[in-house]
Amino acid sequence: MTVSTASRGFRPSRRQMLAGSAAAAGAFTFGFTIPAGAQQAGVPEINAWVVVHPDDKVVIRIARSEMGQGTLTGLAQLVAEELNCDWAKVTTEYPTPGQNVARNRVWGNFSTGGSRGIRESHDYVRKGGAAARMMLIQAAANEWKVPPAECVAEKSVITHKASGRSIRYGQVAAAAAKLEAPKDVPLKDPKDWIIAGKPLPRLDTVDKTNGRKIYGMDFKLPGMLNAAIKDCPVFGGKVKSFDAAKIKDMPGVKHVLPVGESAVTVVAETWWQAKTALDALPIEWDEGPNAQVTSESIAAWLKEGLDSPQAVVGNQVGDAKAAIAGAARVVEAVYSYPFQNHACMEVMNATALYTSEKCEVWTPTQNGEAALAACAEASGLPLAKNEAYKIDLGGGFGRRGAVHDWVRQVVLIAKQIPGTPVKLIWSREEDMLHGRYHPITQCKLTGAFDKDNNLTGLHMRISGQSIVAGIFPQNIQNGRDPAVFQGLNPPGPEASIGYGIPNLLIDHAMRNPHVPPGFWRGVNLNQNTIYLESFIDELAHSAGKDPLEFRRGLMKNHPKHLAVLNAVAERAGWGKPLPDGVFRGICQTMGFGSYVAAVAEVSVAPDGKLTIHRIVAATDPGHAVNPAQIERQVEGSFVYGLSAALYGEITIKDGRVEQENFDTYEVMRLEAMPKVETVIVPSGGFWGGVGEPTIAVAAPAVLNAIFAATGKRVRSLPLKNADLRKA
Amino acid sequence: MTKLNVNGQALDVTVDGDTPLLWVIREQIGLTGTKYGCGVAQCGACTVHIDGVATRSCALPVSAVTEDQKIVTIEGLSPDGSHPVQQAWIKHDVPQCGFCQSGMIMAAAALLQSNPKPTEADIASEMTNICRCGTYVRVKAAILDVASGGQLGRG
Repeated sequence: MTVSTASRGFRPSRRQMLAGSAAAAGAFTFGFTIPAGAQQAGVPEINAWVVVHPDDKVVIRIARSEMGQGTLTGLAQLVAEELNCDWAKVTTEYPTPGQNVARNRVWGNFSTGGSRGIRESHDYVRKGGAAARMMLIQAAANEWKVPPAECVAEKSVITHKASGRSIRYGQVAAAAAKLEAPKDVPLKDPKDWIIAGKPLPRLDTVDKTNGRKIYGMDFKLPGMLNAAIKDCPVFGGKVKSFDAAKIKDMPGVKHVLPVGESAVTVVAETWWQAKTALDALPIEWDEGPNAQVTSESIAAWLKEGLDSPQAVVGNQVGDAKAAIAGAARVVEAVYSYPFQNHACMEVMNATALYTSEKCEVWTPTQNGEAALAACAEASGLPLAKNEAYKIDLGGGFGRRGAVHDWVRQVVLIAKQIPGTPVKLIWSREEDMLHGRYHPITQCKLTGAFDKDNNLTGLHMRISGQSIVAGIFPQNIQNGRDPAVFQGLNPPGPEASIGYGIPNLLIDHAMRNPHVPPGFWRGVNLNQNTIYLESFIDELAHSAGKDPLEFRRGLMKNHPKHLAVLNAVAERAGWGKPLPDGVFRGICQTMGFGSYVAAVAEVSVAPDGKLTIHRIVAATDPGHAVNPAQIERQVEGSFVYGLSAALYGEITIKDGRVEQENFDTYEVMRLEAMPKVETVIVPSGGFWGGVGEPTIAVAAPAVLNAIFAATGKRVRSLPLKNADLRKA
Repeated sequence: MTKLNVNGQALDVTVDGDTPLLWVIREQIGLTGTKYGCGVAQCGACTVHIDGVATRSCALPVSAVTEDQKIVTIEGLSPDGSHPVQQAWIKHDVPQCGFCQSGMIMAAAALLQSNPKPTEADIASEMTNICRCGTYVRVKAAILDVASGGQLGRG
């Protein structure tokens, strides 16, 4: 159903917005039908996960957010696999966060971060598909008055083998929807998969090639106004005053409003008018207590933490300090990692409509429920009088997950103009200045060798920022942020260190600057892997051993880590001759439930120019739900990881971020992109993540290759600040 | 009143002449396939064709465009998504989040139109759009695929 409407009170679902986006030039036509969810007119759901239309169209509900990582396709594959439906007839939709709350969280967790879309929900989404299949079969069996065990379902058709009768899913869906859900729902053995595990194309590609896909920035409501915003550029500062009279007569300007204590918005007919007027608005800031902070002052504070007697232990084996004190030889190095901005291609944005009865928000979010909570908190209305509608993201990378500062802002604006929909879009500059940055840390590593050149001890002291302290301070217990030790944990299923070192101490001296930290794709695995894997390389060279052989010697009791390292070494041809001037580096780590490793091949010209020729990356995610999309995630993770390694740096001066756009915050472009070969070695028995783990092996593989090429050990990121010229 | 030719249609828009073409396309004309990414012609998400030349519309005042110049946006690249670059993008499953891909496709289409057989070095120097998901490997593969098919070119 597509209707033109000028009224409010509708709730366009994502798909209906897509229908509306093909509007002719100048027109504001929308396609609206009833919202996704339980009100599918005449089409009852089989269960929360599956709706089957009379024409056999299958709608699979997806709770996690699609932001490019392919979770929508992968989760649909898992449901469809158990449903035994015709993949060609599968579409997807998002239930809303409000529906999830109202239905006792039947769709589970909406949070889409930590590479957990599939690894945390595979069990219940598959059961959703399997239960729906059982109910459809039961409905057919009831009609035929035969035992369901005599019926099979394949490609959306149920067949009673003995009689040869068959019926389509669409013909029994209504009857199936009335049946009780089965209690015992067995799942297939992954070796029998025919939809899951296959390298299928994404479900959502076509509209991304013709301009039809609607992102949050593109969303429109009738009568909507547009808002631009400036928050105090010094974190923790406030608005002292602003002179609205100076801009109130500028074209299109409707409102000039405070947003909380720290921000000002201009609301205008178009966003460009709003931004233009905001740029002309005189604003005086009270910059607060952080106005003197610089990158240098932060670095000095973190450096002090490297030797502080106060630290929280994350992993301890034996007595590392004694091993170091009694060592025949000690190797020591200090590394550092900067703040970085997520720099999603789509800047933060949301649309809100507030009335005294209801507050609604449409936004790209990695966690619809968190967006709903932010909406409710800002609106002041009871939770049930709020709703959030998810829109696919133009990049998330962790920025749009835990903190919904832009949702709070848009609701605070909408509250001041009740009844008028308003879309808030941040400028790129606002996005750069008000990120939730990759945490800043330094790390001092000390390795101890005995007289026989055996590694006897390692002390790894991390000093710096805690994301958890910045975002979920209630989760800090006894001063400990467990996430800080990602990739360095004791043996176990998550983020465990891959080396057996007889005396090991990994501890953290927390130092939280005023710059707000966030979960940044790869999180703490990124810098921890750089620190450990670069230093392991240093230790190998110090011991006169091949970096691969040295690692293998420490990994005897870590077979999964070792298997992936061996897989990457074999594919890369470790030890085999390379063209003149090309050198290799290797590394491995484990995080987000997966084991990963990489080899980089680089050359460094006499003038210091670095060329990355080839990356070979291996991953063991346990089960590979879509190998084609895993390859794309691995390739993309290297772009993200190498962007960070080569260029990524947010610096602080006068308490504020110095970089404002891509001209000063560089990211990788196609020109610098190496060839990437992905080796997928799923060993089964566990479910690991895909979107993030391989980011962590991008930088250290390259850094170790640079050392092989130049003899220079880069210990401070990003690489753009390093001089790689021959000494 | 500013006169523009967009996707083959002659349009009159009422807008301040300093407004970047991008925002005229998005807000006055209502075509949102062309994206805002940076506003300073760095990222290429706003790429459109002006008389066949890939142009970053975010930093181009609408007053600099004449009514004779033919502006083509992603919506007008082909009526039905059948442009060889669009088809190659689908075949290679290029997009991830997809936000930068309108600009990528427009840049690739212009590149192939002017240089139907680009080398990898040509692609590297011409395709300067930013993609944060990291689709560059597939972007390159799709462009090379179109080039090998020889479906595009002057004349």
